[in-house]
Amino acid sequence: MLEVSNLGCARGDHRLFAGLGFSLSPGELMQVQGANGSGKTSLLRTLCGFMMPEAGEIRWRGKDIRELGGEYFAKLVYLGHHNAIKDELSALENLRINAGLAGVEVDDKQALAALRRMGLRGKELLPVKVLSQGQRRRVALARLLVAEAPLWVLDEPLAALDVGAVDLMQELIAEHLSNAGMVIFTTHQPLRVAGVQIRALALG
Amino acid sequence: MMGKLSSSGLLALVVRRDLVLAMRRRADVLTTLVFFVMVVSLFPLGVGPEPEMLRKMAPGVVWVAALLASMLSLGRLFSADYLDGTLEQMLIAPQSLPVLVLGKILAHWMVSGLPLVLMAPVLGLQFGLPAQQLGVLALALLLGTPVLSMIGAVGAALTLGLRGGGVLVSLLVLPLCIPVLIFGAGAVEAVAGGMNYASHLQLLAAVLVAAAVSTPWVTAQALRISME
Repeated sequence: MLEVSNLGCARGDHRLFAGLGFSLSPGELMQVQGANGSGKTSLLRTLCGFMMPEAGEIRWRGKDIRELGGEYFAKLVYLGHHNAIKDELSALENLRINAGLAGVEVDDKQALAALRRMGLRGKELLPVKVLSQGQRRRVALARLLVAEAPLWVLDEPLAALDVGAVDLMQELIAEHLSNAGMVIFTTHQPLRVAGVQIRALALG
Repeated sequence: MMGKLSSSGLLALVVRRDLVLAMRRRADVLTTLVFFVMVVSLFPLGVGPEPEMLRKMAPGVVWVAALLASMLSLGRLFSADYLDGTLEQMLIAPQSLPVLVLGKILAHWMVSGLPLVLMAPVLGLQFGLPAQQLGVLALALLLGTPVLSMIGAVGAALTLGLRGGGVLVSLLVLPLCIPVLIFGAGAVEAVAGGMNYASHLQLLAAVLVAAAVSTPWVTAQALRISME
């Protein structure tokens, strides 16, 4: 369970938000809402520990995430604006390396299965530079399938995805939530997950 | 069920990944080596073919060229990972970040430092260095170039994402590399003067150990600061 209390965040002298508090329990889905520049990405990056909060605390199962360090990172998958994939590597190599960085070792079979589920059958061994933006995003999203972490932090996961991939993403989120997972995300596109109430967190 | 990755597994993964990437972008690797060869080869053309003088200046010239060549390659150490978001994923890797950084430094040295070590004896021949001095020159570079990569990594991490970072990193790192230059070139000069060169190499080895222990950790902290 993720608890945030009295969180404040600033970029330089510009205050983005202050006094933010919420908690996220297993099976819950939360959408961070706000206009451009309201601090959605900064909030998600703070939750991942990239940025020091200006004030307040972020706790995972009762302990401050700064104290937990690697133990917390093992429970977290973050998908940012950048896909974190290399043009020179194939989709398969990218996925296996990214999983390795996240602390899980996956073999070719598991990685291929994840890529095929993401609709990349036949593209697994191509260098990523020949894939389209949407396909690259799918390669990045395949990480969610192999990571086995309860907390997903997704910054604009639907960017560049087509209708089919958006449906698939909704399916994946529903599956993750039913396995006691937690998802916090931002999006400017509508996202519907069957049988789950989306909690809204408004910024700005 | 998927297995967990150990620290040594992570080190191997990062080294292998960076080597594969380097092999697929071979032009980057070659520029460092060609730069090194060019700079060293320009000196005899510039100062004239006086054998005694060339022999005397060879160690210094090779070392300064190695230093400049290693500066040239530093920009690539973290910037690609920074731009495509991989660095963010590395910062939230559950394993130790210094181990991961050490892997990147090791791969960087294999790609940009090791070729210089292997090429140096050939260039030394061009300056008429005798066999023993060539051997010591290569040995000193073998001990010294990893230090250049390690100190350089700290500078590269600190200047990540800054405009004009390439020049800034040289200004930061070059002064810190002076001891390596002095002992490295000094070892070869000691051989030429018929003195004991072992102490120079031992000092270089000591610097290498100190850098190997401290710089991955410092670089990891610098990366966290740069990514805020």
